[in-house]
Amino acid sequence: MRALLVCEYRQGKLLESTYELLAFADLLAAEKVMLLVGSEVAASKLGGRVYLADAGVYGEYNPDLHKRLILDTVQKEHFNYIVFVHSSFGWDLAPRVAAALKVAQVSEITGVQDGKFEVPSCNSKLRRLVKPTTAQAVLTIQAGAFSPQDQVNATPQFEHISMQVSTPLVEFIGYEAAEKKEVDLAKAEVIVSAGRGIGKKENVATIAALAGALSGELGATRPVVDSGWVEHTRQVGSSGQTVSPKLYVACGISGAIQHIAGMKRSGFIVAINKDRDAPIGEVADVLVVADVMQFVPALLARLKK
Amino acid sequence: MKILVCVKQVPDMESRFKVNREGVWYDELDLAYKMNEYDEFALEQAVRVKEQLGNTADITVLSLGPDRVVEAIKKGLAMGGDRGVHIKDDHPWQKDPWQVASVIAGFTRGKNFDLIFTGLQSMDRGSAQVGVLLAELLGVACATTLVAFELKDDVVTSRRELEGGMCAVLKFKLPAVVTCQLGLNIPRYPTLPNIMKARQKELLVFPVTDFLVEESLVVTERMYPPEKKGHGLVLEGDVNEIADKLVGVLKEKTTVLT
Repeated sequence: MRALLVCEYRQGKLLESTYELLAFADLLAAEKVMLLVGSEVAASKLGGRVYLADAGVYGEYNPDLHKRLILDTVQKEHFNYIVFVHSSFGWDLAPRVAAALKVAQVSEITGVQDGKFEVPSCNSKLRRLVKPTTAQAVLTIQAGAFSPQDQVNATPQFEHISMQVSTPLVEFIGYEAAEKKEVDLAKAEVIVSAGRGIGKKENVATIAALAGALSGELGATRPVVDSGWVEHTRQVGSSGQTVSPKLYVACGISGAIQHIAGMKRSGFIVAINKDRDAPIGEVADVLVVADVMQFVPALLARLKK
Repeated sequence: MKILVCVKQVPDMESRFKVNREGVWYDELDLAYKMNEYDEFALEQAVRVKEQLGNTADITVLSLGPDRVVEAIKKGLAMGGDRGVHIKDDHPWQKDPWQVASVIAGFTRGKNFDLIFTGLQSMDRGSAQVGVLLAELLGVACATTLVAFELKDDVVTSRRELEGGMCAVLKFKLPAVVTCQLGLNIPRYPTLPNIMKARQKELLVFPVTDFLVEESLVVTERMYPPEKKGHGLVLEGDVNEIADKLVGVLKEKTTVLT
């Protein structure tokens, strides 16, 4: 069995998530072959065979060009699986490859059982075990689901690949920072975050008061930021900041995977949620099953004593 | 300008889910349904394009599923869509993303949509595949995960969200398929007069078999709740009592309450 692992590269660097692809391939007991649109320097820590296209020629991620490079590569030898991380790169590119090859795609894999794949459903409240019906399949793995393999000190064997560059359908203009970071949550020892379960904007003050009482910072989930209740600079999660404070208190947060990815490495996690089955419970050290707007004032009263 | 918005109706994610008798999907009884949140941003952006073009644009709102999805279509019409298309399918969850995309592609054939909006992913299945597969089937430009969208003379300039607070700025010509990320805009609430007007708008119904030509490429063997890790302590009951208990736990297990 052989897997083509499509590595992600941005602005001169191989992304760390690449090592999760290697761990996943080991779990499948597949022979690992990598594909990178990048540079030899960036890939120097990868062991094994690497198909390398020069980012100096093909530029930063471009869906049309990357798709064609992958399709050329899968012509060279047979791959049972073509694997991506389920990131903005992977979920954009993988279906293009799957459609071109007309093969199955399984998205956001969290586990493997006898050649079948486990994927989350309904905000991680359920799991599905699915099976591709095609001999070849495109897979994306959930970011963080497979512990990255230790970096090996092997020398990669590069096979340089190239193709004719024509005008792509989508033109990459450049990168922009989403917003300036004014609050560096990464340095906070305590973070108290508000989720949609707090109900309304007026309730943010109570959550902020709890953060204050614990000498911590206020954080928030994406929906709370999108609703304009809390500024973007306080967003915790894969599209905001990744944090690991000593104490993380999740108030009215159900626990979308993107949020959990940003806070699961916290030292101690308290979740306050009226839904006992909320996925946040999976990572919480303490789950308080209560209405957050009744519980937080009660907790505040005790902390002030 | 012909615009298509593809929307899905999904259960409220706060619901308590049970696996159905066949063990391959959730039990649809006793669930409250709503429009997939990502698709609300898709609809709003379509309506903004229409407003920008002085109402020369025409918006079709499409949904695939059983009769209940007409509610989601009607919401789309109340937000500003011109016509609804209901592709009737009593078992939409048995179709994999490839089949769903090809059914939609089948519907669009010969209709020359300039711009197709949909959500980045659905909240129940979350494959994030259908929009991209549709673009590939139609052979048009595709950009996903958009958090900004600007149209000028058939050219779109957009920002797609990457991880860690970064965006990529992209430019592409119509026709195109775009998938919308949360926060792209602020979806409007349908007003009562617009809800009334939506009732008069055209609703076309097609059986899914009219467009279904592809076999499923992925099959679901089993659905189940995730294994409870069960390491965490659960505190329940009177809020004052559990607040006391939590303070005790924090004193014992962390160094933040000194």
